[in-house]
Parts: sequence; C-alpha cells; structure tokens
Amino acid sequence: MSTYWRTFKTAAWLGWEMDSNWTEPWLFVLYSVIKPVAGAFILVLMYIVFVAIGRPQGDPDAFSYMYVGNSFFIFVASVLFGTFQVIQSDREWYQTIRYVYISPISYYVYILGRAASKIAVSVFAVAITLVFGVMFLGVRLHLAFADVPLFVVSTILGLSVLLAIGICLGGISFLTAKHTHGLAEGIPGLFYVFCGVLFPLSVLPDWGQAVGRAIPLTYWFDITRRLLTEGSTVNTTLGGYDPLTILLFLVVSSVGFFGLSVLIYKVGEYFARKAGKIDMTTSY
Amino acid sequence: MSVATERRTDLRYRVGLNLRAVVGRSYPRIVGANREPSWIFFEAFLPLLGIAAYVFIYQFFGLQATAAILGNPPMCGDHVCASVAEQNQYLAAVNANTNALIASVVLGGTMVAFWLNVLWSMASQLYWEKEIGNLQLYMMAPMNRMALLGGMAVGGMVMTSMRAVSTLVAGIFVFGVVFQVASPLLLLAVFFATLIALYGLGMMFASLYLLWGREAWNLSALMEEPIFFSSGFYFPLGGLFRIPGWGPAVAIAGSFIPASIGLDALRQLTLGSTAFGGSLWIFSVTTELEILVGMAVLFLILARYCLAYLETLAKREGKLTSRHQ
Repeated sequence: MSTYWRTFKTAAWLGWEMDSNWTEPWLFVLYSVIKPVAGAFILVLMYIVFVAIGRPQGDPDAFSYMYVGNSFFIFVASVLFGTFQVIQSDREWYQTIRYVYISPISYYVYILGRAASKIAVSVFAVAITLVFGVMFLGVRLHLAFADVPLFVVSTILGLSVLLAIGICLGGISFLTAKHTHGLAEGIPGLFYVFCGVLFPLSVLPDWGQAVGRAIPLTYWFDITRRLLTEGSTVNTTLGGYDPLTILLFLVVSSVGFFGLSVLIYKVGEYFARKAGKIDMTTSY
Repeated sequence: MSVATERRTDLRYRVGLNLRAVVGRSYPRIVGANREPSWIFFEAFLPLLGIAAYVFIYQFFGLQATAAILGNPPMCGDHVCASVAEQNQYLAAVNANTNALIASVVLGGTMVAFWLNVLWSMASQLYWEKEIGNLQLYMMAPMNRMALLGGMAVGGMVMTSMRAVSTLVAGIFVFGVVFQVASPLLLLAVFFATLIALYGLGMMFASLYLLWGREAWNLSALMEEPIFFSSGFYFPLGGLFRIPGWGPAVAIAGSFIPASIGLDALRQLTLGSTAFGGSLWIFSVTTELEILVGMAVLFLILARYCLAYLETLAKREGKLTSRHQ
C-alpha cells in the first residue's frame, strides 16, 4: 500500500510540474480560467442569439440548467483527458513510457496520480465559472447547508467514475495510434450529448435516453443540478427518483466502472505487450 | 565540384524540387493516416458528437419556445397571442430560426475541423517535429521551407475534409438541416479563400511556434474555446455585436481569424441573407470574400518572412533542435 501511495504522490507532483511549470504562476492561473470561461460564453451567446430572434422574454430556467451543467462538465473534459493522455504523451511525445513502465510501480496508480493535478485545476476552474455566472449572468444557484454532505459525496463519486472511464480509454489507447485529440473531443462529446449536460434527456429520442440512463454521469449531473438549482421547471425525465436513489445509482455504477477499468486496462496492456506496442510511436 | 554535386539553381529544377517536397510532405497525411483504420472512428466519427450536443441545445431552446407559444396562455413574444394566425406566425418563425441556428452549428462544425487541424497539425507541427527529432532532417534538406509547410497544409486539408464532410452529411441527413445554395461558384470561392487564409495563418504560427517551447502546445490549447467563442463558430458572429460594450470588441478581435469572416459568408450563402431577419450578418458576401483574399495573401507573405527570420533566430539561440523545453 505504501508503494501505491508513494507512486501516487510522485506521479501527482510530476503531473503538476508538467502542467504548470511552462510559464509563470499568474499566467498559468489565467490560462486555467480563460478556457472554461470562454467555453461557458459560447453557450451564453447561443442563448442570447436564440432569445434575440426567437423568444424575447427569455428562459432563465433553461439557461441555469445549461450553465450549471456546462460548469461541471469542465471536470469531465479535463479529468478524462488528464487520464488517457498519460499513456499517449509518455509514449509518443516524451518517449519515456518504456522507463516508467519497467520501474517497480503500478502503472495504473501512476496514471491516477498524473490525473490528480488536472482535478485540482478543474476544481478551481469550475468554481470560477460558477461564481462568474452568479455574479454577472444572473445564474440562480442555491446550496442548502444540509445538502453539503450529499453534494461532496456525489462529487467524489462522479470524479471516481470519470477516472475509471479515463483508465478504460487509456487501456484502449495502449493499442491505438496517436488519437489524443480525437479522443479528447469525441469522448466528452459522447457525454455532452447523452448525459443531459446542456439539455434534458427529454430532447433526445428514446434510444438516446436509454443510452443516457446507462451512463453514470447522467445521475451525477442530475443530482448536482438538483442540489444547486432547486425549483427548476425543466423536465429532466429523472424527476421520479429521489436524490438518495440517484446517489445509489451513482455508487453502484462507480463500483462497476472501477471493475471495468481494471479489466480493460489489463486486457489492453496484455495485447499491447503481445504485439510489441507499449512504446510504439505513430507520428504523421 | 562535380556536375552531380553542384548546387542546381535553375528555375525548372527548383520548382520541381519544391513540388516534390509538397507531395512528399502531404503524402504521409493523406495516405499514411488512412492506413490506420482507428483514425476514421477517432478523428471523423467521435467529434461529430460534440457538434450534435450544440445542435440539441438549439433544439431544446426551440422546444421550450414552442411550448411557450402553445402554452396556456399562448405567448407570442412578450405578449399573449391575439389570434391563431399570430400564434402560427410565431411558431413558423421559431421553426425557421431553429433550423437556421442548427445549420449555423453544422457549418461551424465543419470549420472547427479545419481550425483544429491548423492549430495542431500546422501551427504546432514544426514544434512537434523538433520534439521527435525530424526537424533537423527537414532543415538539412535542400527544398524551400515554404514547400514543406505547403505540403503539410495540403495534406492537412485533405485529411480534415473527411471529418468536415461527415459533419455536413450528418447535419443534412441526421439533423434535417436545409441549405439553400443560390450561388455555388461564390460558395466555392469563399470556402477555398477561407481555407487558404486559415492555412496561411497556420504556416505563420508554425514559424512562431518554432521559437517557443512548451508554450506552443499550451497556446494551441488556449486557442480552442476562446476562438470558438470570439469567432462565432456555433452562433452567428453578429450576435456578439448585439452585446453593448465588450461584445463588438471581442467580435472584431475574433475577426482576425479568417474562419469568422468565412463562416459569416458561408452562412449567408447557404441560409440566405434574410435568415435571422437579416440582422446578424457583418458585411455583404462580396466584401467578405475580398477581405478573405486579402487575408490569404497577407498571411502567406507574413509566413514566408516569419519562417526565414525565426529560423535564423532559432539557430542563433540554439533552439532549433533542443527538445522538451
């Protein structure tokens, strides 16, 4: 266990240095904030344009729904990318994977450690985006004191699921070419569409709603939104479940995805070793 | 010096050499990348999902607006509908605007593909080549460096067009977007002028990135969402001009990216200049085409000078082959 902890700590430190030491701290803070805030502004403008030409009286509930979902989606994009890109960057860019891989540590734990710095930066970016929305865009947020434990537990579970999904992708990317950008765009896109992040599941066709209900992140976004934007009139299609039932779904799926991540990682690793692909480079 | 090793300076030889360099550098992108079957899934299909999310947002807004018009009491704008005819008129307007906005997203999605290719496979490419050790080989080769960048651009355009076409096809057949192309030749002219200007900008960035270290990678990452926002990739750029104060400033800054003007012109040509009540366009199509042609020429010339200057500077500062800095 101490080896795991030491590996995690060292990998987290390494990840933080790699993420942040390319520039001055103030510039890094600015960089960490501009991207998510600009992402939120795309949605703000989409809303403004629609209101300007389609619905002059506005729709504050729809806007709050979308804004909160988008803010928490920063975790999805950044934690997933922070996890699966470890293998590809070590393999293709730094070409150090062979040295790390043969060292007497768990590479699985090493990947989790490397992703930890992304989580730290994301917490900051999510907080800034939410505060910005409340202060300047009229987003209505309210978190009751009694709901704080539920909020913390659901956030931890949501992040665990994200790490597990990231490891699943990492296991697959052991075998694939350099697809960092396709994965970074595409997999979060999958969750963007099917998990009710920006629009409720009711907008999707029936098969799309079924896909969304099979992904644990849907429940994470739903419970987070229930706790932060109480009284929303948007029909999420999950209104029949109480928050504790939603939390139970999240717990069960977290455990399931952790098991799946170990399985996919081991299978990917096995076939990559068999095919001699652990340290391949695919530069074009 | 023998005839075989003497440096050839005649025009025909140099043109042939540089054309071969263009073909040689574009070859791995066009052919090599397609030899990796997973590429089609990861680079062409998966990114469609992100575009789909933006499409569903507009559909969600459209459904909410329709529900308000059909609600009790039926709302037509900010007042209760006076008659069924007015109600139908508002419903038709919401449907037309929703279709036009979804079409804007689809067109923006095709341009996103090219912009990401410019950032990650043009601008960052010389830096990437430096990281993996190929840059020194390029520098020793006898062709013009612009031919190298030109090859990267041609290969990148062809490679990316698969994703762009997939986005368009999905827009038309999956999301039911209706395009009304009145002037196909003008549309092609705008499209290619936009691409040449975009890749010219990418060639210029490639030279700048040559000098920078890891900042280059992070700069590319920084030019995604902020540029998507300021250049109106997912909404008509004219929407920014409606925001008093900072809106026009951001829109003008974003207009330095050729994709913003190009998208505005493409949207006018495919949706009709009366779409959105004609209130969200920046300039007329012909003016925008002239701006794009000007940008294309300017960026290509700047790329030529930046490359020559920064190559010399990088050599002087010893950064041409230094990795991981």
